[in-house]
Amino acid sequence: MVANLTNSNIVLSTKQYKVIGTRPIRHDGTDRVTGRAMYGADIKLPGTLTCKVLRSPHAHARIKSINTRKAEALPGVKAVVTAKDLPRLADKVEQMGESAVNLRFLSDNILARDKALYRGHAVAAVAATDQYIAEEALKLIEVEYEVLPAVLNVLDAMRDDAPLLHEDFTMKEFGKDTGKRSNIASRDQFIKGDVKAGFAQADVVIEREFDTATVHQGYIEPHAVTAFWNADGRLTVWASTQGAFLARDTIAQVLDIPVSEITYIPTEIGGGFGGKINLYAEPLCALLSRKTGKPVKSVMTRAEVLEGTGPTPGTHMRVKIGATKDGKITAAEGWFAYEAGAYPGSAIGAGLQCAFAPYDLLNGLLDGFDVVVNKPKSAAYRAPGAPQSEFAVECVVDEICEKIGMDPIEFRLKNAAKEGTVRVDGPTFPRIGGIECLEAAKAHEHYRAPLGGPNRGRGMAIGFWFNVGLASSCTISVNNDGAVNLLEGSSDLAGSRTAVSMQAAEILGIGVYDVHPKVGDTDEIGWTHVSGGSRTTYATGIAAIEASYDVIRQMKDRAALMWETSAENVDFADGVFTLKANPKEKLTFKEVAAKLMSTGGPLVGRATVDPTGHGGAFAVHLVDVEVDPETGKTQVLRYTAIQDAGKAVHPSYVEGQIQGGVVQGVGYALNEEYFYDEKGRMMNTSLLDYRMPTALDLPMISTVIVEVANPGHPFGVRGVGEVPIVPPLAAIANAVSHATGVRMNRLPMNPGHILETLLAKKNGGRSRK
Amino acid sequence: MKPFEYKAPETIGEAVRLLAGSGPAARVLAGGTDLLVQLRAGRVEPERIVDVKRIPELNEISYDPAKGLTLGAAVPCYKIYGDSQIIATYPCLIDSVSLIGGIQIQGRASVGGNLCNSSPSGDTIPTLIALGATCVIAGPNGQRTASVEQFCTGPGRNILAPGEFLVSLHFPLPEKNSGAHFLRFIPRNEMDIAIVNAGAWVKLDDRKQNIVSARVAIGAVAPTPLFVEEAGRAIAGKPASEETIQQAAAIARDAAKPINDMRGTVSQRKHLSAVLTARALRGAIRRARGESVNGH
Amino acid sequence: MATKVQVSAKINGEDVDFLCDPRQSLLECLRDVIGLTGSKEGCNDGNCGACTVMLDGRIVDSCLVLGEEINGREVTTIEGIATAKGLHPIQQAFLENAALQCGICTPGFIVASKSLLDRNPNPSEYEVRMWLAGNLCRCTGYDKIVRAVLDSAEKMRG
Repeated sequence: MVANLTNSNIVLSTKQYKVIGTRPIRHDGTDRVTGRAMYGADIKLPGTLTCKVLRSPHAHARIKSINTRKAEALPGVKAVVTAKDLPRLADKVEQMGESAVNLRFLSDNILARDKALYRGHAVAAVAATDQYIAEEALKLIEVEYEVLPAVLNVLDAMRDDAPLLHEDFTMKEFGKDTGKRSNIASRDQFIKGDVKAGFAQADVVIEREFDTATVHQGYIEPHAVTAFWNADGRLTVWASTQGAFLARDTIAQVLDIPVSEITYIPTEIGGGFGGKINLYAEPLCALLSRKTGKPVKSVMTRAEVLEGTGPTPGTHMRVKIGATKDGKITAAEGWFAYEAGAYPGSAIGAGLQCAFAPYDLLNGLLDGFDVVVNKPKSAAYRAPGAPQSEFAVECVVDEICEKIGMDPIEFRLKNAAKEGTVRVDGPTFPRIGGIECLEAAKAHEHYRAPLGGPNRGRGMAIGFWFNVGLASSCTISVNNDGAVNLLEGSSDLAGSRTAVSMQAAEILGIGVYDVHPKVGDTDEIGWTHVSGGSRTTYATGIAAIEASYDVIRQMKDRAALMWETSAENVDFADGVFTLKANPKEKLTFKEVAAKLMSTGGPLVGRATVDPTGHGGAFAVHLVDVEVDPETGKTQVLRYTAIQDAGKAVHPSYVEGQIQGGVVQGVGYALNEEYFYDEKGRMMNTSLLDYRMPTALDLPMISTVIVEVANPGHPFGVRGVGEVPIVPPLAAIANAVSHATGVRMNRLPMNPGHILETLLAKKNGGRSRK
Repeated sequence: MKPFEYKAPETIGEAVRLLAGSGPAARVLAGGTDLLVQLRAGRVEPERIVDVKRIPELNEISYDPAKGLTLGAAVPCYKIYGDSQIIATYPCLIDSVSLIGGIQIQGRASVGGNLCNSSPSGDTIPTLIALGATCVIAGPNGQRTASVEQFCTGPGRNILAPGEFLVSLHFPLPEKNSGAHFLRFIPRNEMDIAIVNAGAWVKLDDRKQNIVSARVAIGAVAPTPLFVEEAGRAIAGKPASEETIQQAAAIARDAAKPINDMRGTVSQRKHLSAVLTARALRGAIRRARGESVNGH
Repeated sequence: MATKVQVSAKINGEDVDFLCDPRQSLLECLRDVIGLTGSKEGCNDGNCGACTVMLDGRIVDSCLVLGEEINGREVTTIEGIATAKGLHPIQQAFLENAALQCGICTPGFIVASKSLLDRNPNPSEYEVRMWLAGNLCRCTGYDKIVRAVLDSAEKMRG
C-alpha cells in the first residue's frame, strides 16, 4: 500500500546565505534523543503533592452545592479547592495569543462556578500525598447538580428555543449589543462590492452546505504543571506552555495578584499546536500550593486532555460561488457558524478572514457566527478557523471547475490574489506567493502522473493563513572565546531555538554552533508573546537579528578602541571588523571578543521588537487517494505539498512543519472527531478511538518550498507552521469525490460516512448532504 | 485505584488457590494490555492480581502431528507469529495475532487474554471459532474443557466460574485441503478496534473445486463473537465460487445483530459483515488451494 | 498507602533494587521511583507508544506493565541507548534527519526503532511503518522518522 520512498523535498531558493538555508543539527537535539530533555511532567520537587481534578459528568448542569468535607477528611488529602477559592472577576476582555478572552469566562472555565457547561468541566481540585488518595478523594466530593438540557451542535444552539448556556448573555451583531438572549455570542460581516450583481453575471453558481467535526490538536504530551507558592508570597510555576509570559499574566489576572510575584518557568513542551496557550491547571495548583505550603503538581490524563481542554470548533457552513464559463469568479458569499464551545471566542474571525483570501474577488460577502455549545471551550489549533472555512470554499471551487470543465490550477491562477489585491475583509495584500505556489504545483510531476489504478482520485486545494508578528525579546551576551549566549522567550515547539540562532549567526558572521540558545523564564528575558501564529522564526528571529546588530554596534566600539580610533571608522562584514581607512587592518569577531575585558568589560546586545510585516503564507497541495468501494475506506497514496516560506531558514524543519501540518490535516479530513452520545458525553476519550494517523496510514509527504521573499523580514522569512493544515481537508475531499463520483461535504470522511454516501448513490437516493 | 497485592504463582494448583482463596476480588493477569486499562478506568477493583505468566502450562506452545496444537493461554502474540510450525500450519492464527495492537502490545498480549476479555470485537475469537479450538480451563474442581464458540456469554462475560482460569487452547490438526483466513475492518491501518471482523475456515474436495464443509465467525456485530453456523452449512457441498461466497456473506449479514456506537452504525456493520465474510472465505479458499494470502 | 514491595531488576545494564506500590506501572516506577524520566506518558493505555521500553529484549508499553512484573528481568530505556562513546546511530540519524520536532515521542520511537533494527537490519519502508504503528507522533507526519530509521539501518549495515 505504501508508496516507494521516491518522494523528494525540493527547495526553490532565490537567495543564498552562509547560515540561513543550511540544515544544522538542532542545539537541543542531543537532550531530546537521549531522554534528558525536561518536559512538564518531568519536574519533580521534593515534597510535591499530587493534584487531581473533579470534572462534571454532565454536559450542562447547574451546580447547586459542593460539599468537600469528606474529601478533606481523608488521610493524605492536604487541600481541596472549588470556584469559591478563585476571586470573582468582572467582565473584561483580554487578547490571548490568537483570540480574545473574557476573564470572567476564563476563570469560570478553570473552575465551574454556577454551572458546568460541558462534560469534563473542572468543578473542584484536590491535593494529596499520592495519586491514589487524590483519586479516592474526588469520589468523596459531593456535588449536587441540576441537570439541564444540553446543546451540542451549532445549528441546534442557534435556534430561538435552544437551551441557553449563559442566561445573562445577549448577542452582539456587527459590534452592537442586540439585547437578544441567545447562544449566538456574536455575528460579524464583511462585504466587498455587490454580490447580487456579481451572481447575476455568473454562468455557473454552486451553493453547498458543509459540516466539520470538533477535533483536537492531539499533542502527545498531556498538560503538566507544578506550582509552588512560597512563604514569601512569590509563586513559581513550571509547566509546558506555548507562552510563559501570557500564561504568567493570565494567572495574575485570574488569581488577582501582581505579575511580578509570579515566575513562570517554561519546561520543554511536547507539542501544542495552539492548545497550550490557554490556562487550565496552573491556577488550581497555585491555590492548592498556597493552602498547603508545598509544591503541587498536576498531570492530565489523556481523557482529561480530550474532555477538559480546548479542541477546535465544529462548524456548519454554506458557501456560494458564481463564475463565468471561462473561469472568472463573479461573486462569492459564505455563511459560517463556528462552535465556540462553552464560552464565546471561537476562531470565526480568522475563519472569515481566510475563507476567500486566495482569490481576487470583486464581490464578496462573509457572514460569521460565534456560537456557544455544551462542549469544551474551543482553543487555537494550527491556523485556527482557517481549515474549516477554506475547506468549504475549496470544495465549491472544485465543483465549479468540474462544471465548466476547467483545470483547477488554471482556474485558481485566473482568480488568484496577488500584491495589491484587497481582501473581502479589508486588508490589501503585500507581496505574497500564492501564484508562485500554483505555478510550482502545475509544474510538478505529481500533477501529471497517472493515477495507476481504479477507485483512485486526485485532489488539489490552495490554502492561506495570515501569520502574525507580535512582541519578542532577545539578549545576546558575547563570551571571550568568540561564541555567544542567546536568550529568548519563545517556547521551542519544533526547533525554533536553532532557527532563531541561525539568524543571529548570519548577522554576526559566526558559526551556528557558536550561538548557544536558551529559552528564558519570565524573570530572565523580556516579554515575549506565545509560540503561535507562525510567528517564532519570523518575530523572535527579528529580535535576534536586532540584538545581533546591537552586539556589532558595541563590538565596533571595542574594535575602534583596539585600533585607537572611533567607531565610525570601523566596518563590519562576514564576521570581520575592518578599518575603513585601511581595509587590510582586520579583527575577527573572535579577536574582538577575546579583548572584551580590556576594552570596557562584558558585552550584551539586546532587542525587543513588535514587527508587523509578517506577510502571509500560501500553500497548494496535491493528493492521490484510493477509496475501497466495498468499505468506504480511504488510503492516501501520494501527497505533495507546495508552500511559500519566504526564505526557509532551516529547510529540514520547514519541511517538517509542512509534513506535520499535512498529516494533522489528513487526520482531520478522514477520521478525527469528538464523538458524543445524546447526553453530550464524549465517547472516544482515548487515542484508541480518537484516531490520529499512525505511520502505517501514510505515504511519504513530498514538499516543495517556494521562496517569495517577505519584504517585512531582513531575510525574507515568512511563518510556515500553520498554513500546511489548511489545504488537506479540501484536497482530500476533492480527491475522494473524484475517486468515487460523490461529493463529500461533511468531515470526517471516515469509512462509515463514505460508505453511507456511496450506498445512497447506488440506491438512487440522495446522500445526506 | 484500590490497593491490591500482586502474586505470581508457578503452578496451576497455586494459581487456583490464590484465585479461589479470595473469591471474585482476584483477577488474572497475563499480558495486562486489557486488565491494566480496566484497573485505571476503575472498571475492575481487585484486591489481588494473579500473574499467570510464570506457570509452564500457560506458556506452552507444542505441536503434535497426531493431535494438533496446544497453545498456553498466556503465550504472547509475538511468540506465536515467530513460531515456524504455527506459521506453516495455522496461518489464520497468525492473521489474528499479527494485527492485535502494535508491536508493543504484541509483546505482551495473549490469545488467551483476548478470549478471556470476551470483547465482542476480540480479534482472535473468530479465528478460534473458525479453527474449532477448545478451551482447557482450570479451577477449584479440577480441569474441564469447552468449545470456544460457547466461551463468551456477553460483552466482557464468559463461562469462567469464580476461581477458574484459562490454561490453554487446543487446535485440531488441519484437515487435508482445508484453509482459514481472518481479517478485520478498521478505519486506520493498525491500532484500532474492529468495526467488524471475520474468520472463515473451509475444507475443499480433492479437486479443490467444491466446499466440503465450512465454518464462519464474525465479531463486533453482537454481544459476543458470532459463530454463523448456518453460513457454513449452507455452502457445504457447493462449488467454491463467488456465488457461493456471496450466499454465505448474505447469511452472515442477516445473522449480524449489531448496535450503533462510536465505532460504527448498524447498517455499516451489517454491510461489512457480508464484505468481510466474503473476503475471509476467499482467503480461506485460496489457502485451502495452497496459495498464500497476506494477513495485512 | 498500600504496602510497598521490593523489586530487583536489571535496568540499562545495572542491577537496581527499588520499592514500589503494587499498583504502580513500570512507567511510573521508572519515572517516579527510579528517576528515569526519559520514557514519557502520552496516553497511559497503550495507544501512543511514548513509554516504549525493552523488556527482556522485546518492546512493550511500560504503562501496561506492573512494576512488580519486572522482578528478575531486564529493562532497557531511552537512557540506556547511548553509550559513553556517544549516541547510538539511530539517535544520530534522528538528529541529522530532523526526525523530531517537540521530541516527546522521540524516546519511544528510538527504542522501538532499535528493536526493529536489532531484528531486521534491512527493513523496507513498509516494515518500518508497520513496526512503528504503535508509536504516535503528532509533529512530523512520520516522513523524517521513517527516513531516519532507514538511514541509520543503512549506516549500521556499513
